[in-house]
Amino acid sequence: MNAIYSIVRRDLLLAMRRLSEVLALLFFFVIVTSLFPLGIGPEPAMLRKIAPGILWVAALLATMLGLQRMFAVDHADGTLEQMALSPTPLVLLVTGKIAAHWLTCGLSLVLLAPVLGIQFDLDRSALGVLMLALLLGTPLLSLIGSIGAALTLGVRGGGVLLSLLVLPLFIPTLIFGAGAVQAQIEGGSPSGHLSLLAALLVLAGFFAPWATTAALRIALE
Amino acid sequence: MNNRVINWFKFASPASFYPVAGKLVPLFWILAAVFGLAGLWISLFVAPTDAVQGDGYRIIFVHVAASWMSMFIYVVMAAWAAVGLIFNARLSAMMAQALAPTGLIMAFLSLWTGAFWGKPMWGTWWIWDARLTSELILLFLYVGFIALQASIDDPRRADKAGAIVALVGVVNVPIIYFSVIWWNTLHQGASVSLSKSPKMATTMLWGMLLMALCFWMYSIAVALQRARAIMLEREAHTDWAKQLAQVGA
Repeated sequence: MNAIYSIVRRDLLLAMRRLSEVLALLFFFVIVTSLFPLGIGPEPAMLRKIAPGILWVAALLATMLGLQRMFAVDHADGTLEQMALSPTPLVLLVTGKIAAHWLTCGLSLVLLAPVLGIQFDLDRSALGVLMLALLLGTPLLSLIGSIGAALTLGVRGGGVLLSLLVLPLFIPTLIFGAGAVQAQIEGGSPSGHLSLLAALLVLAGFFAPWATTAALRIALE
Repeated sequence: MNNRVINWFKFASPASFYPVAGKLVPLFWILAAVFGLAGLWISLFVAPTDAVQGDGYRIIFVHVAASWMSMFIYVVMAAWAAVGLIFNARLSAMMAQALAPTGLIMAFLSLWTGAFWGKPMWGTWWIWDARLTSELILLFLYVGFIALQASIDDPRRADKAGAIVALVGVVNVPIIYFSVIWWNTLHQGASVSLSKSPKMATTMLWGMLLMALCFWMYSIAVALQRARAIMLEREAHTDWAKQLAQVGA
């Protein structure tokens, strides 16, 4: 537990020292979502209808852009190898890194989303569900994405490859996440979708760090 | 008993599997041709014209077989990848690598023939039906696997990384499938129902089964042939491969 905490603390500290990277990611999220009304038109009814999907797809893309940096810097300066050699199980350290990635990238998306939701004329209850769905969904994206990030470590054309590998696996998260908000807007209950998101989160929380660890060991061979 | 186990493991070495695969390939080609000719004959000449869909329904004979193969090959590929990862066996990983392009082609063929079938029957090339969507995602998974393997230069690392992708994919396939079904039932009202199939004439069923067998045999033949090429390419530095070049086999 101590090891996870110290990794999270270290990664957060590093992220704070290079704040521009995190901010660039958040502005990417803002810009992408702002492009859609410009392309589609400003009718509030239409915007309300497309809002959940667009906000979620933008969150997916923003998370994916952040994934490339999850292990790359540590791999480049050799820190990752030291982590693999340390007496602490690598899977704990990996869990810490995933948690730190979510805290820098996912959590800020969650906090930013309601502001963007207002642009799309969502009401308060829908904004609440959007935040809750993102709160459950973004850690899931970080977990699944970490597998792809570890696999594409130091590989030619890693960025594009990462999106090829990870985006199809993000589809269930997208469906249930956007579905929850959609259900709330249409007057249904979002609890089914949120439960499924939570179930996927538990599943991925257990398995993904192991898969990521295996992938990292392959990359470090 | 012990003897037999050893015999099986003997073929896990490329040097001993290469000639065996060479003998098996023509056999499976012949079987594919026989099943294919019989299947085509039944499906084009014997099977009756469908009362509702006319002759257009005959796409089913290619479409269904391709869809089955695309899904089945992914599972087989993941199984080979798992064996390769667990036993650290070179040949298993080569088999997984050899199967991937065939699976990709099958998934593509399934979508393509589906579009050709959909246009005259439903009046549209594409609908966001659960089955179509999950087949499309399967195509993406194949592309991811092939792209990752192609971009890693070290073959051993490519094998292992590909194996992890295939295994993660195979765990995700059911999740993706059910999520797409739920998404579909939420978003679509009464549209075309693909799941209610009308009763099929026996000859049609035979045609479909024969075509499916033909696709099976074709896939095995092509995968083995591709595995042979991969073996030669990767083992080019070894003695047995060099001897092969001298003999000219």
